[in-house]
Amino acid sequence: MSSTKYILGCFDDPDLLMDGITKLQKNSVPIYDVYSPMPIHGIEDKLGVKESRLGYAAFCFGCLGATVIFSIVYYTLVHDWPMNIGGKPNFAIPNFVPFTFEWTILFTAFGMVLTFFFATHLFPGRAPRVMDLRATDDRFVIAISAKGNTPHDDITRLLKEAGAVEIKHNERKYVSYE
Amino acid sequence: MSTHQHSFDERFEFAGKAKTISLVAIVIGVVGILAGFIGGDKGIQNTFSNLLLMSYYFVGVCVAGVFFLAYNYVAQAGWSVAFLRIPQALARVLGIAAVILLVVIVAGLLMKHEILEEGKKVMAPYLYAHWATPGLTDKNSEHFDAIITGKSAFLNIPFFIGTIIVLLGLYTWFGKLLVDYSNNEDQLGGMFNYNKSFKISAIFLTVFGFTFPVYAFGAVMSLEAHWYSTMFGWYNLAAAHVSGLAVIALILIVLKQNGYFSWVNESHMQDLGKLIFGFSIFWTYVWFAQFFLTWYANIPEETVYFYKRWEPQYKWWFWLNIVLNFVAPLFLLMKNDDKRSLNRMKLACIIIIIGHWLDYYMMIMPGTIEKEHMFDIVEFAQDMAIFAGFAGLFTYLTLTALSKFNSLIPKKHPFVEESLHHHIQ
Repeated sequence: MSSTKYILGCFDDPDLLMDGITKLQKNSVPIYDVYSPMPIHGIEDKLGVKESRLGYAAFCFGCLGATVIFSIVYYTLVHDWPMNIGGKPNFAIPNFVPFTFEWTILFTAFGMVLTFFFATHLFPGRAPRVMDLRATDDRFVIAISAKGNTPHDDITRLLKEAGAVEIKHNERKYVSYE
Repeated sequence: MSTHQHSFDERFEFAGKAKTISLVAIVIGVVGILAGFIGGDKGIQNTFSNLLLMSYYFVGVCVAGVFFLAYNYVAQAGWSVAFLRIPQALARVLGIAAVILLVVIVAGLLMKHEILEEGKKVMAPYLYAHWATPGLTDKNSEHFDAIITGKSAFLNIPFFIGTIIVLLGLYTWFGKLLVDYSNNEDQLGGMFNYNKSFKISAIFLTVFGFTFPVYAFGAVMSLEAHWYSTMFGWYNLAAAHVSGLAVIALILIVLKQNGYFSWVNESHMQDLGKLIFGFSIFWTYVWFAQFFLTWYANIPEETVYFYKRWEPQYKWWFWLNIVLNFVAPLFLLMKNDDKRSLNRMKLACIIIIIGHWLDYYMMIMPGTIEKEHMFDIVEFAQDMAIFAGFAGLFTYLTLTALSKFNSLIPKKHPFVEESLHHHIQ
């Protein structure tokens, strides 16, 4: 029993990588993930990546921001300590629009960044982990979980045929930048 | 992915049902106008206000076409090339729209009726009575008005009409240049015409940005000449732009559903939807900025404008304006999938087009007509007839302009391939 956990096919050209994906898919080899130092057009559709749900998170954070500031200002300026400012009513909705608007945007922006950090395991101060260090530099990497049924040699052969410049059989999933 | 399955040489043919309906609509409009003119003083006033509203709207939509062309050239945008013919058609119609607006304004200034101004009888014009009534700037006249006299350097008939002729003439000329360059490009290819378009677009945007507020101050804000708002120009620019985008999108969708523009894909629709969504919010932002500062400062000479719009005849329309132009597009176009759905976009565009009619209605009517009830069926029928007339005229002219292009896509535009491959996640 091999101790290989992941097989990585490293390409030096995004077009060859796309061919490699086609080849693997034709041979029913499930692809774990693909890493690239730059965006590759149309790769999400090809890999069947699910549509991002970041928009829903953004909407929720926006609603939260609006609610939070509305409540704070309502409590402080209307309920707890009403003041006469320019003879306006204490609970005048037009006054509430600017800061509610701003906090909606603020919470949406921060919330999206936090969601992104959470989803990608990136936090300030944490050394990021990747499956191959050169995938952030000049290599395009297809990762295949080695626990599939296809013999590893067949996968290696497929990747080689597709034009991979290097094929790795990794025993650990990640390498760290530390 | 082959992009050459589309026939780029296909011309748009304007015939059949579309032509009939637009001609019928024009007839309805003419009937509406005539009915107004035999409807006595009140009817004539309502006709003039509606004519001004619709011709101003018409010019706004066409000017937005030139504006769209110009900022797409300056941003070197590729995605929009696929449907650039539609704003080009709007740019072609701008000249006619400008002439119609001018005729309405001149007729409104020349045709006068007797009104009571602070208990004194005076012959006031149907449009711009607040500053164009004779005697307002004459110290010896019993109608003398010091505030209007202070503004008379801008608000006098020769300068006023001159400004509108010069500005709309300039915009029309820039629009014509951009269309001509594109037509030349189709025959010659190369970068020469594109570079010229880029340059002329940059000049146009500079001129347009500074002068459009002046045009809006003159054509609409001066209806209530004692009042002023420095936001008004941007507010009108936002309204013209977003309603222009909605019209462009609506034409595109209807033509696509009738078999034209087969190369326009979901990504084009999504980007167009983003612009409509974003500029609906921008419109709201400017609308609110104008309202909020006036409400907060509470200076009588400023609040008079909103006071009038909060009287029972207008209050519901005032708030409906926000619902149609902000709440509706906000929720209809928020998600990606919504912008990609042709029917959803169509619905949003129709709501925005109606909404901005109401928006202009709220700018023009309170200062020009004496409205007694919130809803008057005769008045409303006339409003709608004139709206239908202008919608028909607009459709007729724009689609005729569109049918004059040799192809429905600028074939040799340098970014045409980029646009055909436009794809966003």
